[in-house]
Amino acid sequence: MQVSRDFSHYVRAAGEGLQHIDLAVEGVHCAGCMAKIERGLSAIPDVTLARVNLTDRRVALEWKAGTLDPARFIDRLEELGYKAYPYETASAEATEVAESRFLLRCLGVAAFATMNVMMLSIPVWSGNVSDMLPEQRDFFHWLSALIALPAAAYAGQPFFRSAWRALSAKTTNMDVPISIGVILALGMSVVETIHHAEHAYFDAAIMLLTFLLVGRVLDQNMRRRTRAVAGNLAALKAETARKFVGPDEISQVPVAAINPGDIVLLRPGERCAVDGTVIEGRSEIDQSLITGETLYVTADTGTPVYAGSMNISGTLRVRVSAASEATLLAEITRLLDNALEARSRYRRLADRASRLYAPVVHATALLTILGWVLAGAGWHDAIVTGVAVLIITCPCALGLAIPTVQTVASGAMFKSGVLLNAGDAIERLAEADHIIFDKTGTLTLPDLDVVNAAAIPADILALAGQLALSSHHPVAAAVAQAARAKSPIVGAVEEAGQGVHASVDGVEIRLGRPSFCGADDLARSSVDLDPEASIVAFSRGAEKFVFTVRQALRPDAVTVIAALKARNVGIEILSGDREPAVRAAATALGIPEWRAGVTPADKIARIEELKRRGTRVLMVGDGMNDAPSLAAAHVSMSPISAAHLSQATADLVFLGKPLAPVVTAVDYARKALHLMRQNLWLAIGYNILAVPIAISGVVTPLIAAAAMSGSSILVMLNALRARSASRGITSWKS
Amino acid sequence: MEVLIILVPLALGLGLAGLAAFLWSLKSGQYDDLDGAAWRAIADDEPPQETQPDLRSVKR
Repeated sequence: MQVSRDFSHYVRAAGEGLQHIDLAVEGVHCAGCMAKIERGLSAIPDVTLARVNLTDRRVALEWKAGTLDPARFIDRLEELGYKAYPYETASAEATEVAESRFLLRCLGVAAFATMNVMMLSIPVWSGNVSDMLPEQRDFFHWLSALIALPAAAYAGQPFFRSAWRALSAKTTNMDVPISIGVILALGMSVVETIHHAEHAYFDAAIMLLTFLLVGRVLDQNMRRRTRAVAGNLAALKAETARKFVGPDEISQVPVAAINPGDIVLLRPGERCAVDGTVIEGRSEIDQSLITGETLYVTADTGTPVYAGSMNISGTLRVRVSAASEATLLAEITRLLDNALEARSRYRRLADRASRLYAPVVHATALLTILGWVLAGAGWHDAIVTGVAVLIITCPCALGLAIPTVQTVASGAMFKSGVLLNAGDAIERLAEADHIIFDKTGTLTLPDLDVVNAAAIPADILALAGQLALSSHHPVAAAVAQAARAKSPIVGAVEEAGQGVHASVDGVEIRLGRPSFCGADDLARSSVDLDPEASIVAFSRGAEKFVFTVRQALRPDAVTVIAALKARNVGIEILSGDREPAVRAAATALGIPEWRAGVTPADKIARIEELKRRGTRVLMVGDGMNDAPSLAAAHVSMSPISAAHLSQATADLVFLGKPLAPVVTAVDYARKALHLMRQNLWLAIGYNILAVPIAISGVVTPLIAAAAMSGSSILVMLNALRARSASRGITSWKS
Repeated sequence: MEVLIILVPLALGLGLAGLAAFLWSLKSGQYDDLDGAAWRAIADDEPPQETQPDLRSVKR
């Protein structure tokens, strides 16, 4: 059977007879890589563009249409030592990029306006106490208006839109007082300028927008960066399937190009990338990523298989079905929808603060106006003072208090391998006081490992590893991995369902089922020791050995659990796996609270029960069966190896083998929440100082500008402290 | 004070020129890869592409 690679799904026309493809590249991290890749790819004839993006770790390629096969670029990169995968921009990421450009443009406009208005304001401020002619002051005010009004109309859009959305939904957010403050300040300044008054607040209003936009741009950039990394990781997983394009012809195509009704081939050792039903073949499949159950399931004609299942022994033909047809998925989807709906009711700290803040501030301004009128001042003066109160309380610092901390903290988390999916994840994670772990793939590593590798002579392990390279079986792959085998043994023969054998220097060597190697007795004693493990035997002549292969605990799981306990966090395990397997893991980790054989609905029920007791649950899980409980929990986390659905549902995703990012993330989040609260208090403290001055009616534009920038800078500096989390995480980081 | 007639438009013109330059740089994608740009500034010149003869070497 012929297998060809088909990447046409990712290729798009770039105009003028050119074609374009984006590749996500693994391992690009320096200028050297950049130059090497660009030179290597440009050397291919007919390539017109090869440009590396070091921030996003991607390569953009363009070539003359019809001259080259995209697979050639991937081969070329392979020769250069980089793994590359075609990349398709997800719509979510495209939106983030567009949004980030728009914010940057707004910031550019606002910063330009601020600089020029300030330039005009300084002579007015100094002129008011010296000998400036009223005509000159008016001229400068009009010029300021000319610059500030269009600039604010453009650069204020992010705030005005968001405020409008909140008001139409009959709620408030931080952008409502911001928008009211800016619009009133500008409006009053225009009226004052028309009446040749001494003070105008164009400078304060536009400066406020600039400061707030700095915060927004930083926040957006961090989010965009995270999104790019997540997008790359999805591409690096290289989700392809072997699709039948003719009765005997197979093409390897990206999953995105597969439709319901297509037939795909699933070979032993491959992970299924689609949902479907087996139509031909017989095999054992590992459904642990879906159900948490580590025992293999027998797949036969008519058995449903889900994306993420690993095929173990035989070759299968699978007819692709639409996701909703499968009963398990339908059940999980239903639970997930319910849980997500419940979670969207969470109120963010900033929104809670603004709910209190906006009415207080607006009432104060109103009372100021009424107070001055009652005290005998004219309506005009009273209103001017009232608006001055609004300007001085306009939540510049408050608007920055939370986004800046969030940006700094998510940047620090990003560096330690934690990606944020949800904007409010940090706040919710900081509140978590009980952690529920899934076992399979979360506390344990998703891949199989040889547990007793240390007890086996090094030369035997190396030889077995080499022989294992000739087999597709996942257990054999684990042996090869453990032995770090590179070169297969020439002439090795695989006997389906039994094992592999070869002869080296005239001695017969075998790797496979214990019976295949004549090591039944040895195997039986190993099974008694560890009933969960798969046993694979190896024989060289008369010498016999057995390897115990199973999913090992994450290398630092024990220390992480201990560290979490030290932070006064309740810990329990809820697993879909059988009791002995869960008991073994719980004992090894010292977790007294555990439950085995739990269904997705049971997991949710347990979370609800904890919720009723007032506990805030962090759910850490990876399986598709965990997706609903990930959504139901107060906050959730997934390893990057998790099923698609779970990863999309989780608030945070962590990379790599260690479990340490869970503690790191908790520490950063707690520190960040502490700083957010501190920043809010700083902002309120500033208001308590500034508001009496504003109410007394002595605020000049100079005082407004100084107070506003002073408090903003203070809050930003305080936010920088979120970079370092407390309690020395690095000391036990592997 | 007649000097204002020259100075104010001049100042605004310079400011607008700066803004235009920023918007142009944003549009031409100069903010798309900040990490890479930092390295490109100090990297050696890229070698001539095979399709385009290097004019410098021809002159010599």
